[in-house]
Amino acid sequence: MVKQQANWSPYDNNGGSCVAIAGADYCVIAADTRMSTGYNILTREYSKICKLADKCVMASSGFQADVKALQKQLAARHLIYQHQHNKQMSCPAMAQLLSNTLYYKRFFPYYSFNVLGGLDNEGKGCVFTYDAVGSYEKVGYSSQGSGSTLITPFLDNQLKSPSPLLLPVQDAVTPLVEAEAIDLVKTVFASASERDIYTGDKIEIVVVNATGIRREYMELRKD
Amino acid sequence: MSKSVIEMPPKGGFSFDLCKRNEMLAKKGVNPPSFRKTGTTIVGLIFQDGVILGADTRATEGPIVCDKNCEKIHYMAPNIYCCGAGTAADTEAVTDMVSTQLQLHRYHTGRESRVVTALTLLKRHLFNYQGYVSAALVLGGVDVTGPHLHTIYPHGSTDTLPFATMGSGSLAAMAVFESKYKEGLTRDEGIKLVAEAICSGIFNDLGSGSNVDICVITKGGKEYLRNHLQPNPRTYTSSKGYSFPKKTEVLLTKITPLKDKVEIIEEGDAMEEE
Repeated sequence: MVKQQANWSPYDNNGGSCVAIAGADYCVIAADTRMSTGYNILTREYSKICKLADKCVMASSGFQADVKALQKQLAARHLIYQHQHNKQMSCPAMAQLLSNTLYYKRFFPYYSFNVLGGLDNEGKGCVFTYDAVGSYEKVGYSSQGSGSTLITPFLDNQLKSPSPLLLPVQDAVTPLVEAEAIDLVKTVFASASERDIYTGDKIEIVVVNATGIRREYMELRKD
Repeated sequence: MSKSVIEMPPKGGFSFDLCKRNEMLAKKGVNPPSFRKTGTTIVGLIFQDGVILGADTRATEGPIVCDKNCEKIHYMAPNIYCCGAGTAADTEAVTDMVSTQLQLHRYHTGRESRVVTALTLLKRHLFNYQGYVSAALVLGGVDVTGPHLHTIYPHGSTDTLPFATMGSGSLAAMAVFESKYKEGLTRDEGIKLVAEAICSGIFNDLGSGSNVDICVITKGGKEYLRNHLQPNPRTYTSSKGYSFPKKTEVLLTKITPLKDKVEIIEEGDAMEEE
């Protein structure tokens, strides 16, 4: 009598890729807008990016139902924080909250691969990258999702982040100017959509800087 | 009792000796490498003067595109072509094999090949392998008996149809055919309909993509329109370009001589002649 395997899974993968790059005074967060299941496309215009606080934006790929639930949880906790402290949460604070929220469901995880980007209290760009159960790290750039294996090596080559183990402590921000970072993101997504079937349709690019949050779009391959 | 092992010549066909081992490994979490499938849209239709075949050009390895512009319409005979979906190696091998068999048959009989001949050779082979040769084919051509279009499934069953679609994008393509097909299409109408069906597969099925290939076969001859449509150009190329200055970092250089260098001081004598 062989142990019976589950014939139903609570999870599904809706595909897609996300990228975030931190600069000296800006942060670029981008994700494609395709939502798929198996070999089918559910919609070509789905936003994977969510504004959690004034200067804090999260992009998530994976199972979008879990992503939606996670975003609602974080929004609710942020509202409570605002009532209690009379101010918006800073990006590093939100980063810790996200990590705790994910680990809370360690034994029935949110199938959500997140990338958090924004400005810290001093106005410098910061990017935090997560796994599905809340392990996180502050980095200069990151990518998650189905295209991450195609995107990360190229970003490593162009932007190589210093290791957090090196001394003296080096800053994890890229030397790029905002326009160059956006150009890099567009190139990287165009290349990923050539080779990854789950990435395509459109990119949504969100830029967080001192003046506020700005959104732009770019068309990608639709096949 | 002699302990010598009798050397047997290798038997033909598949060897299933490792199946039990593979099952045991899979249980331990070691999965076999995935096959390169063509996750495809292939179509065929019969029009006024003959047959039109169409295919997309994307080959996938799981979620990754391994070939953006591969050829899925294979040559069988001057008047017969075959589109292939499923495992790329299987479709290539089986169409090549039957193509050479057809040529030998042409020499033997002195006549033009018939589509039913190719059909029978393919289905016999596939049935023999009980579905393990994962090739789903759309075979079309024009011979002395007229235009023919067939579908062949991996287990060896066949259908004879006025219009057909196969592959992961077959439903998307069939939706177009069922809406717009009619008998007695002209050449241009036929090409337009086939292109529309393939495009439907390209844009709605993630396993299909890139360009549209078309092959028109008539009594007079054939026309292979490679990349007839290219609706998916690269969307963004950076104007400034990228440089790759970072070479592999040299962390440590250590030279260990294998042998002491011997310096020859004297010059040897010239070779003696025996």
